[in-house]
Amino acid sequence: MLKTAKQDWVIKSKSNWLNIDFISAWEYKDLFILFIKRDFVAFYKQTILGPLWFFLQPIITMFVFAFVFGKIGNISTNNLPKPLFYLPGIICWNYFAECILKNSTVFRDNANLFSKVYFPRIILPMSIVFSSMVRFFIQQFLFVIILIIYSFNGFKTHINATILLLPVLLILMAALGQGIGLIISSLTTKYRDLALLVNFGVQLLMFSTTVAYPLSAAPQNFKFWIALNPMTTILETFRYSFLGQGQFSVSALIYTSILTLVIFLLGIILFSKVEKDFIDTI
Amino acid sequence: MKSTALKVENISKSYLIGKISSGTLSRDIESKLTNWFSKKSDEVALNKNEKVWSLKDINFELKQGEALGIIGKNGAGKSTLLKILSRVTTPTKGNIYGTGRIASLLEVGTGFHPELSGRENIFLNGAILGMKKHEIKKNFDEIVDFSGVESYIDTPVKRYSSGMYVRLAFAVAAHLESEILIVDEVLAVGDADFQKKCLGKMGSISKGEGRTVLFVSHNMQSIQNLCTKALLLNKGTMQGFGEVPKMIGEYLQNNDVLVPLNERVDRKGDGKVKVLGITFIDGLTLLPTNNFYVGMDLIIEVNLQSKKFNLNTNFELSLGISDQFGMRISLVSNKISGQKISPLENGIWSQKIKLKKLPLIMGKYSITIFLASGGNIHDWLTDAFIIHIESDKYFGELSYTLPIGQGSVYTDFQFI
Repeated sequence: MLKTAKQDWVIKSKSNWLNIDFISAWEYKDLFILFIKRDFVAFYKQTILGPLWFFLQPIITMFVFAFVFGKIGNISTNNLPKPLFYLPGIICWNYFAECILKNSTVFRDNANLFSKVYFPRIILPMSIVFSSMVRFFIQQFLFVIILIIYSFNGFKTHINATILLLPVLLILMAALGQGIGLIISSLTTKYRDLALLVNFGVQLLMFSTTVAYPLSAAPQNFKFWIALNPMTTILETFRYSFLGQGQFSVSALIYTSILTLVIFLLGIILFSKVEKDFIDTI
Repeated sequence: MKSTALKVENISKSYLIGKISSGTLSRDIESKLTNWFSKKSDEVALNKNEKVWSLKDINFELKQGEALGIIGKNGAGKSTLLKILSRVTTPTKGNIYGTGRIASLLEVGTGFHPELSGRENIFLNGAILGMKKHEIKKNFDEIVDFSGVESYIDTPVKRYSSGMYVRLAFAVAAHLESEILIVDEVLAVGDADFQKKCLGKMGSISKGEGRTVLFVSHNMQSIQNLCTKALLLNKGTMQGFGEVPKMIGEYLQNNDVLVPLNERVDRKGDGKVKVLGITFIDGLTLLPTNNFYVGMDLIIEVNLQSKKFNLNTNFELSLGISDQFGMRISLVSNKISGQKISPLENGIWSQKIKLKKLPLIMGKYSITIFLASGGNIHDWLTDAFIIHIESDKYFGELSYTLPIGQGSVYTDFQFI
């Protein structure tokens, strides 16, 4: 043992089950902010239309949904105008899916960085959730504008007190996406085949969430299963707060929060287990 | 008496070779469960695979302001030690205690983003290396000045030449304010002038600023110039720790023992073409030889094996020749001579290269082999072979050898 009093740090061979050093992660907050900035700037520097993509993508998806599900499938939108019904679902789902997909490849995408320099690894996946949030806010702004246009044309918005839950919903989506993504990324360092399933799985998950249909339109015997999906609660609450349509229940929200917390913690624990020596296995 | 900056205690690192896991999730869970229920420890389960120690029981202590040179052959465990010290990976056994911030440079330009400007990358790279924003701001002008890319500072780095890129990257790294600095052979980049500048900067960091430096290099001259202590590694164990000249001497002495090619674990490349071996042939007698002398005609026959090689790409075969100090003397490559090689798509084949009038002075040289095509590395063997070149008269019987200190290569000249 080193006896000097000045010893600052120790690298140990053994570690606890949760060995994320949140104090040193805080020391790297500048890097955290720079990662967010990098993701954002690099994205629009590589495109022709730049930030315009943030608007185009949900609008085009909205039209496709309105055509396929609304016109051809004739699925109800709870008597809401189609853009107002589909947009919140698309925007929230986009954010959630992006959190999962980007987090699930975090080890592979950053293998070079991780193998060359140390920084608290957790800030990289965390920065992904926040840089995707920038896009979410921009798209959310688009939705609000469309909502205002509709309300000028006589649509009654039904904005109610549950709108105060929006930050909670956002945190839930971020934590859920991060948790699932980290679980996948931790497992894919060892089991590569899981990576192939991710894109496919996220797509399937979307159809089990009320993105393109309201929960009320789901067949009675499937409703329970669809409501088990935590994203369903989030989306329904989201729609309810702006449009007054959808199903809002406190118990569903509590269930979702607990499930999200469990998944998030599991993701963080798995990540912290894998991050310390995944460099040896890639 | 200066205080201890770093203490490394019984550091060991093992890797499992062979199967790391069964590869499928269900089977892994199954075996974990059986182990769990039959109360076997993880150790027993792991022993089914072969454990290889790439580092074993490394102990040393550095005082503040000391510069340690880490030397050893390829595969001796230098990089593993650096990785553990940089916290990129964790040791299997042992602990490391330290005082002050530690920063490592295993590569220059880690995390540079091509789309971002030089300015943005200075901040990003600095932060990745552990600098705070205000520290980068404080050193910003100095960094730009050191790199010499002022006029392009707001241009995306993807438009930089490779030289500018490296200069900027090193400039950021050189201004790290950590108390302990770990440097891998990043100095092997850039032009000679810049290398000199970097070495100078490294010297002033350890000598002038009183910071502790750990430095890995194959270049014994820079180790000698920069370091106050040296650590000699051999096959993962500590062969010595102490005075620099003594350690370098020991290193050079048993540098000859080479790991056979098929046992090398540090080969890089996809293996579509692999080096099986090399035969040296005397250019005069056309017989295989292991005696080399100045001025001889030497034919090197490289035996290769292809597996699914893409014949549509241009094959590159390069032999790098380095002297006993690790300094690259020359490169023999069909990429330089502009000649085309026709490899086989599958199977064993060979390529002969003739070196006319070997112009190297007496001494020990190592040969690095590099195979690539279309941007893909197939096989890369650093210091694959060692040859001893004996003294002889380059210009024939009546000539003289090059005096000591008057250069390391002969020029084929003639007085007319």
